[in-house]
Amino acid sequence: MINKIVTSMKEAVADLKDGASIMISGFGDAGSPHELIEAVIEHGATDLTIISNNAGAGENGIAALIKANRVRKVICSFPRQAASHHFDARYRAGEIELELVPQGNLAARIQAAGAGLGAIFTPTGYGTLLAEGKETREIDGRNYVLEYPIHADFALIKALSGDRWGNLVYRKVARNFGPIMAMAAKTTIVQVSEVVELGTLDPECIVTPGIFVNRLVRTAPQRAAIAA
Amino acid sequence: MQRLNREAMAARVAKDIPEGAYVNLGIGLPTMVANFLPKEKDVFLQSENGLLGMGPAPADEDVDWDLINAGKQPVTLLAGGAYFHHGDSFAMMRGGHIDICVLGAFQVSVRGDLANWHTGAPDAIPAVGGAMDLAIGAKQVFVMMDLLTKTGESKLVETCTYPLTGLACVSRVYTDLAVFEVGPNGARVIEMVEGLTLDGLRELTMVPLEAA
Repeated sequence: MINKIVTSMKEAVADLKDGASIMISGFGDAGSPHELIEAVIEHGATDLTIISNNAGAGENGIAALIKANRVRKVICSFPRQAASHHFDARYRAGEIELELVPQGNLAARIQAAGAGLGAIFTPTGYGTLLAEGKETREIDGRNYVLEYPIHADFALIKALSGDRWGNLVYRKVARNFGPIMAMAAKTTIVQVSEVVELGTLDPECIVTPGIFVNRLVRTAPQRAAIAA
Repeated sequence: MQRLNREAMAARVAKDIPEGAYVNLGIGLPTMVANFLPKEKDVFLQSENGLLGMGPAPADEDVDWDLINAGKQPVTLLAGGAYFHHGDSFAMMRGGHIDICVLGAFQVSVRGDLANWHTGAPDAIPAVGGAMDLAIGAKQVFVMMDLLTKTGESKLVETCTYPLTGLACVSRVYTDLAVFEVGPNGARVIEMVEGLTLDGLRELTMVPLEAA
């Protein structure tokens, strides 16, 4: 019997290594797997490359990981926010590397990795600083920039419900990068608010099929009650 | 000469958004356009973080932090609205499915080049978000901005000096003093506030302008 559910956050992230690349779902706090990130901090892995839309705000999530000095590089579209002081300080001190990627190119490059594509030609960014030095091509009268897939060793994702095969549904706009990151990482680890029996999730409505998920862990019930 | 205030600018943009349009409103000033769309007409608001059919801000007791807009403010979903992941959201832009997006800008050139993501200041932490995808993806890009900077320089320019967001992507520029059409044939003035003349506008902007 296959059961991808593990019983603790600690167990879920046990095989992280120093130097790992990690995709982290979320757009701001919506969909950010804060509990899994806390487990990464406790695990102690360092020299990490984080791939996410933002670079953390406030004191939790990616901000906490940066504060704990575990992050070598961030690949994201929007690092600067009202409360991104932990990223800002390390960036200004030259202690963290930033690869700035337009949001749609970030999504497309993650999708390219998940779909096994070698590269993509995207119109976004053509003629701008963010395409400097990159190969371009005119296709049917339009200009495109060659961009490469973004792969990761791990994806940390927050979903609403999952079953022991790893099928997932999400909650509202907390879905954001979850489904595409789940496809792009070697190991996908998901925190869910509730675990349901196999067959409970409507097959017509499953957003991420279990093939893209390696491990699930349920967040503590009081947290789940707030999220539901 | 009476400048349009922010509400009047938002109302002016809203007037040019037809029923049935799929629209993305950028962060900041463009978000205000939603307040002036006629309630009886169906206009579909898209938010890049994964929703279509976005409604107004909720009452305090109904705030749900899993239902926010691109500016990370709480919003609501209208009946018939839908959620989707980031790949689909940006396919809506890049794939040409969004009819109109409304963006703010530092500068727009008379040919429609847009600069709105970076001042180019060496100590600035760059952040781009979805600006470049929206600029080149939407069928029509409307820019909403004050015509002049605080120090009186025109933000409608012959050539952008700030780093570009997209090339030849803007079609209309809505400002506090005039509305312009921009593109391959240069800038044309669609309308001006009362008391302003075409020559007066030329003097303010220092760019070639024709009447529409």
